[in-house]
Amino acid sequence: MNEVVVYSVISLGAIGAIAAIVLFFVAQKFKVIEDPRLDLVEAELPGANCGGCGFPSCRNFADAVVKTQDLRNLDCPVGGNAVMAKVAPIIGIEASEKDPLIAVVRCNGSKTYAPAKVVFDGPKTCTFAHLLHAGESGCPSGCVGLGDCVSACKFDAICIDEASGLPVVSNEKCVACGACVKACPRSIIEIRKKGKKDRRIFVSCINTEKGAPAKKNCAVACIGCGKCVKICPHDAIVLEKNLAYIDFDKCILCRKCAPECPTGSILELNFPLRKEKTSVNDEKVHTSASEKPLNSINESNQQE
Amino acid sequence: MKTFKKGGVHPAENKIAEKAAIEVLSLPKRVFIPIGQHLGAPAVLQVKKGDKVKAGQLIAKGEAFISANIHSSVSGTVAKIEEINDTSGYRRMAVIIDVEGDEWEEGIDRSASIKKECTLSTEDIIAKVKEKGVVGLGGATFPSHVKLMVPQGKKADVLIINGIECEPYLTSDHRLMLERGEEILVGVSILMKGLRVTKAMIGIEANKPDAIEHLQKLTAGFSGIEVFGLKVKYPQGAEKQLIKALINREVPSGKLPIEVGAVVHNAGTALAVYEAVQKNKPLVERVVTVTGRSVIKPSNFLVRIGTPVSELIEAAGGLPEGTGKVISGGPMMGKALISLDVPVVKGTSGILLMTKAESKRAVVQNCIRCATCSDACPMGLEPYLIGATAAMENWEQAEKERVMDCIECGSCHYICPSGRPLLDYIRVGKIKVGQTMRSRSQK
Repeated sequence: MNEVVVYSVISLGAIGAIAAIVLFFVAQKFKVIEDPRLDLVEAELPGANCGGCGFPSCRNFADAVVKTQDLRNLDCPVGGNAVMAKVAPIIGIEASEKDPLIAVVRCNGSKTYAPAKVVFDGPKTCTFAHLLHAGESGCPSGCVGLGDCVSACKFDAICIDEASGLPVVSNEKCVACGACVKACPRSIIEIRKKGKKDRRIFVSCINTEKGAPAKKNCAVACIGCGKCVKICPHDAIVLEKNLAYIDFDKCILCRKCAPECPTGSILELNFPLRKEKTSVNDEKVHTSASEKPLNSINESNQQE
Repeated sequence: MKTFKKGGVHPAENKIAEKAAIEVLSLPKRVFIPIGQHLGAPAVLQVKKGDKVKAGQLIAKGEAFISANIHSSVSGTVAKIEEINDTSGYRRMAVIIDVEGDEWEEGIDRSASIKKECTLSTEDIIAKVKEKGVVGLGGATFPSHVKLMVPQGKKADVLIINGIECEPYLTSDHRLMLERGEEILVGVSILMKGLRVTKAMIGIEANKPDAIEHLQKLTAGFSGIEVFGLKVKYPQGAEKQLIKALINREVPSGKLPIEVGAVVHNAGTALAVYEAVQKNKPLVERVVTVTGRSVIKPSNFLVRIGTPVSELIEAAGGLPEGTGKVISGGPMMGKALISLDVPVVKGTSGILLMTKAESKRAVVQNCIRCATCSDACPMGLEPYLIGATAAMENWEQAEKERVMDCIECGSCHYICPSGRPLLDYIRVGKIKVGQTMRSRSQK
């Protein structure tokens, strides 16, 4: 009886010792030397692994950060400038301040402006609806409102508004990771500058049809008339394929374009209400906000 | 009676319009002729705004290998060339013509006399079929001349004519076989000559005994053509299933019927070939069934291509109250129309009106793994599995499950006790997998 125990202990001990020695040398031979800063950088990152930075995980991003000489092309959209400012001293490079970004939905074809003409009763996801038909309103580029962006968002920052049937992005929660941009089969969502005091101005339409067919399906479609292009003092608006686009790098939020738009497809977010201008110098008397309900929207009532 | 073995379903036949003789629909005021009515590349425009055109004049030329010519179906002035809605609401380029009178291009024989003798050579027949823009009229609209050009190293030994019309409700081919049987048979013998085969088999389902009898009587005057009555089973009208039923050969996955020595043409196409070759008449009109249980006057109309669907419904007694869906094609494979302004194209075999109650989809419940869909699938696929992979948007797995072999017959969707929209899932899977396969082959 005792012999069995003794032999077992000795033989198992010997195997263990041999394995330990082999493993020791293998570990020496294949040792991976990691930058000690990698863990420090990763600890500062949010750890959401959202992929918004372009890397598959936070650790991959940290790896890129410690290897780089220039932080201008690397940015954590979730953490923003605060996190990048903490990361920069670890690797000893100055962080560049970046303008915060946010996702915007470039479709204003709500149930009121683009009423449904037919009913889609197939599988309720945007990818399917997009491939099977043009949309309930008939607009081939409009939002189908079935929420692929909502299920793609890891930050609970986007939801479908019941009344309008359109997605609404939360100012506070959106980190501009771009997951919704990829999820949208019609590329309606765009990442734009968040703007001062969350004030943004953009063309809320991506329909490239000519004016008449676009307007037929949606009251607030961009008809490509080019009025906004003419009035813009900063060359920030380009017209291509019957569609205006406001370049957010050039735009200074002067708001001259929005009242020009005959369909109200240029959307102003979070601006104070327009005052009635009656001064003699200004020939154009702009209508008040109450008469222009299409493109003056405040975040508070949009987020219901 | 013969039929194919694997899968299949038997939906209620509802051939309401089978007794209604073909009526010529009066000319519309305006026609909308899309330049992409066929499988393959759209045709290239040959007219511009303001041009005067005659019926039968070429207005768009099929220049790619798989493409087809488009002819004007009416005489008049080209009012506009712009994008119009197709059945799913996406925009397609179309020529819009305001109708003025009914003047035909010279050299087109529109008399009712039947011209039996065909002296043209095989090459001339193929050229004629191509020139006159004939495409498969069963619904897939594959250009007919391409089917006649047998690739090198392959040999056709039998021509199969599809007179099955297995879709419920539709009766256009049935009426054609009854009323224009002899012309169809001349068309068949022309197709035989075009393919250099000596044997043709016409398959007709047993629910059309009058058509079987009529054609059997007529075949006495033609050599090599035989008519077969087949057991009623959906989707027997699908190419691969019909080949299996008639000559018991199986077309390999991803291959064309020529692989097993067969070529399949629709009965309606045979008539179009007859008209193109013998009468010099392009494909500018076709027979469309307007039917449905609520339709006041279910009819079969001879319609000019480009006529808006609303005109057909008007001629059949107007849109009945409580219509839920208007479907282009049959109830199994057809597509619900997004608007009634959509024009009749070469592939429109029927317009089916369904009441709200009929068109309501079943409540979607969870899959219970009963495998009824696998039993019903005529291609031997597992629709529930393809559906699940497509729902998860796992297109790679969908490809491995052979989604591209699906013929979109809808048997799985029809039979599913849980009401799952399997065909929708599979169609999307086919689109997605098809895209990746094309981009892969381009690399």
